[in-house]
Amino acid sequence: MSKWIEVVELNKIPVLGSRLIKTREMDIAVFRGSDDQVYAIRDACPHKNGPLSQGIMHGTSVTCPLHNWKIDLTSGQALGPDEGCTNVFAVKVEAGKVYLNLD
Amino acid sequence: MLKENLVLIGNGMAGVRTLEELLKLAPDQYNITVFGEEPYGNYNRIMLSPVLASEKTIEQIMLNDEQWYVDNGITLHKGKKVEQINRARREVIATDGTVAKYDRLIIATGSLPFMLPLPGADKQGVIGFRDIKDVDAMLDAARRYKKAVVIGGGLLGLEAANGLIKQGMEVSVVHLLDTLMERQLDKPAALMLQKSLEERGMRFLMEHSTAEILGGERVTGLRFKNGSEVKADLVVMAVGIKPNIELGKSAGLHCERGIVVSDTMQTITDPKIYAIGECVQHRGIAYGLVAPLFEQAKVAANHLAKHGIARYQGTVTSTKLKVTGIELFSAGDFIGNDTTEDIVFKDAASGTYKKIVLQDNQIKGAVLYGDTVDGSWYFQLMKDGTDISAFRDTLLFGQAHLGDSGHNPETRVASLPDDAEICGCNGVCKGDIVKAITEKKLFTLDDVRAHTKASASCGSCTGLVESLLAHTVGGDYSKTPTSKPLCKCTDYTHDQVRGGILQHGLKTMQAVRDHFEWTTPDGCPSCRNSLNYYLLCAWPTEYVDDAQSRYINERAHGNIQKDGTYSVVPRMFGGMCTSDQLRAIADVADKFQVPTMKVTGGQRIDMFGIKKEQLPAMWKDLSAAGFVSGHAYGKAMRTVKTCVGSEWCRFGTQDSTGLGVKLEELTWGSWMPHKFKLAVSGCPRNCAEATIKDFGVVCVDSGYELHIGGNGGIKVRVTDLLSKVETEEQVLEYCGAFCQLYREDAHYLERTAPWVERVGLDKIKQALEDTANRKVLHERFLISQQPAQIDPWKQRAEGAEANEFTPILIEA
Repeated sequence: MSKWIEVVELNKIPVLGSRLIKTREMDIAVFRGSDDQVYAIRDACPHKNGPLSQGIMHGTSVTCPLHNWKIDLTSGQALGPDEGCTNVFAVKVEAGKVYLNLD
Repeated sequence: MLKENLVLIGNGMAGVRTLEELLKLAPDQYNITVFGEEPYGNYNRIMLSPVLASEKTIEQIMLNDEQWYVDNGITLHKGKKVEQINRARREVIATDGTVAKYDRLIIATGSLPFMLPLPGADKQGVIGFRDIKDVDAMLDAARRYKKAVVIGGGLLGLEAANGLIKQGMEVSVVHLLDTLMERQLDKPAALMLQKSLEERGMRFLMEHSTAEILGGERVTGLRFKNGSEVKADLVVMAVGIKPNIELGKSAGLHCERGIVVSDTMQTITDPKIYAIGECVQHRGIAYGLVAPLFEQAKVAANHLAKHGIARYQGTVTSTKLKVTGIELFSAGDFIGNDTTEDIVFKDAASGTYKKIVLQDNQIKGAVLYGDTVDGSWYFQLMKDGTDISAFRDTLLFGQAHLGDSGHNPETRVASLPDDAEICGCNGVCKGDIVKAITEKKLFTLDDVRAHTKASASCGSCTGLVESLLAHTVGGDYSKTPTSKPLCKCTDYTHDQVRGGILQHGLKTMQAVRDHFEWTTPDGCPSCRNSLNYYLLCAWPTEYVDDAQSRYINERAHGNIQKDGTYSVVPRMFGGMCTSDQLRAIADVADKFQVPTMKVTGGQRIDMFGIKKEQLPAMWKDLSAAGFVSGHAYGKAMRTVKTCVGSEWCRFGTQDSTGLGVKLEELTWGSWMPHKFKLAVSGCPRNCAEATIKDFGVVCVDSGYELHIGGNGGIKVRVTDLLSKVETEEQVLEYCGAFCQLYREDAHYLERTAPWVERVGLDKIKQALEDTANRKVLHERFLISQQPAQIDPWKQRAEGAEANEFTPILIEA
């Protein structure tokens, strides 16, 4: 059974930016695209655990602030010639609120 | 299995090198016996000249001492000359009667000095220059006599003459032709060489042909064919060498100039007999240099070890003169002909001459005098037949300039070992890059960056990577166009986009992207940063900064560290501080349990290990104590470093700290294309290191020298002098105007140093020396400073951008 948790209002996330969510398990970055599409990804780059929430978002990917790896926000896969993967989570927007599913 | 017997005649460099190569391939294949005429182990004959000049000792030039022969189970008959080879019985016989049987034989008898058959050539004191015995004779003569004559102005003769001068003798060199070393040098280089040797006291008798050697039992002088005479207590004949083929000839081996060998180094007469080194003639050539003999040794060893795959195909040779302090290199066809082209550089005053002979964009030969650093590089290009058209315009300046179009580190790419680190930021070695280029078939800099990360961070190794790329893929290298697009989202350049922003009044990023038809909807990290800056610079009072288009450091107003924490550097104007300020910083550090503090290179205090959510609270305390952001994290004006100046220093000429504070008050907060550092030194001793800053002031008694475009980073660049002014007001005006010119003209992420090199100092000088223009620039700088000098820390301490610093906590 899936469990949706309300985390934040959509307009509290900057467009092409992110908010950092701290859970008991781990840190998660929630990004908001220019089309208000929302993505949730573990806040650790597969390269050296750089905080992806602090990176610059473009299209549907984010560039890690530490060493410029580009990570696809939909799959968690490193893009281009880099290889690696981090977790992504189901996320949805309903009535201006962002819900996260950690299952 | 019974071992075969291998006998080597000639304990010199060629023969012993062959044994060494053989032992590597097949250590147990042969019982080895060596005959050497000289009573030594194997020494480096080409180092005899330094021994003569007392720069080295015999011990230092020994290659294999006697223990080496013992260790390798080799029987060494030293001081024994082989006088006969009995090919029928397969044995060699030495003068003392020693007999050795062979299954295979190597003849490496080397060469003999060519002694001119002159009347009197048999007198005491007339010698050649070939072995340790000759060196001893020369050293002995130098102790007892005064005057020496060297016949022959070639490589060997000049090295001998130089050594004898070092031993205190008066030396004249007799040469048949009008220029020295005609086999290695062209005329200009030869004349420069002669001049510098004359400065060392060497005398020359050019175009002199010796008729007779005078004297009784011992030589007293020379008479020339023109009738003149010269006194001499020692005559060294160094007119050349001839292959020592006496033994080979007597054994019935086919000899011409040397013992004739095939491509496997076997004599063409008897395949059981190999010949190697200077006694050999291969494809018509008898070599007198060391490089060919090493190649021959490899081939012979390969064949002796019965691998049988190697063939010797001749060697392209190069020459270096071993006279300390004289740098000289030549290789190949350095004279040229109707079908070749020359590239020549000559500076007689500095004693530098370079000539490269080209044919169809390949190097055919080279002569270098004075500066020979790149000799081996040219030689490699020549041997490889590399097409040099891509870097022909910088070829003469050497490998250091290859692909180095400005502010890039020096390159020695081709000569670097594979484990040499090219990209210091990402720890990428040459081997990694070459491997990626070859295996993944990369042709552009961007490809290399994407696959290896080399030059993808600070970019300072870009030139190095480009030249590595050029070197690795050769002619296929797609050279980065000189006008690079701003980023991958557009084909337009930085300058075109900036021009468009002003010309068409584009005031948002979206407007710019629409106007220039960006290929991506919201740009990339590269153009987002650039455009945000360009718009801010163009419309300082209107443009609304886009935090999401700034790198995290500038968004969070701190420097992100490897663990995701931040560092905090409060501004201390001019590096000045009070005890109260220090106390306030200390209190903040205690309160927030700062784990590490350090004084920065820019004379500020850095606090490390701060969690992002703590930043606003920390800034609140710092703000209350009067501090503003130090912008140590931004592409922005960073610091003004000062020395103490006339207030205290006994050498200080002006109030450098006071001026430093004023400069920092003028410039702080300014966003720049890249980081921007200033310094003010109170006197020309320059303790504040102003001449490696973006804008440096050096105070002098009569005013202030203004320096620009310095950099103390990866590649140190000393500033250029911009101007000299008399008052502090002028310094401030120039500084503001220079900042604005840089802000408006440089590309984003271009420091002042490469910018100055790209646009040229003249353009910058012209713009700033025009009083009206300078005032306009300064005025624009002041306008842009009004919004910039609102302290970002204080704003955030008061609640601005709170979301940025506040994580969302959820119970899950």
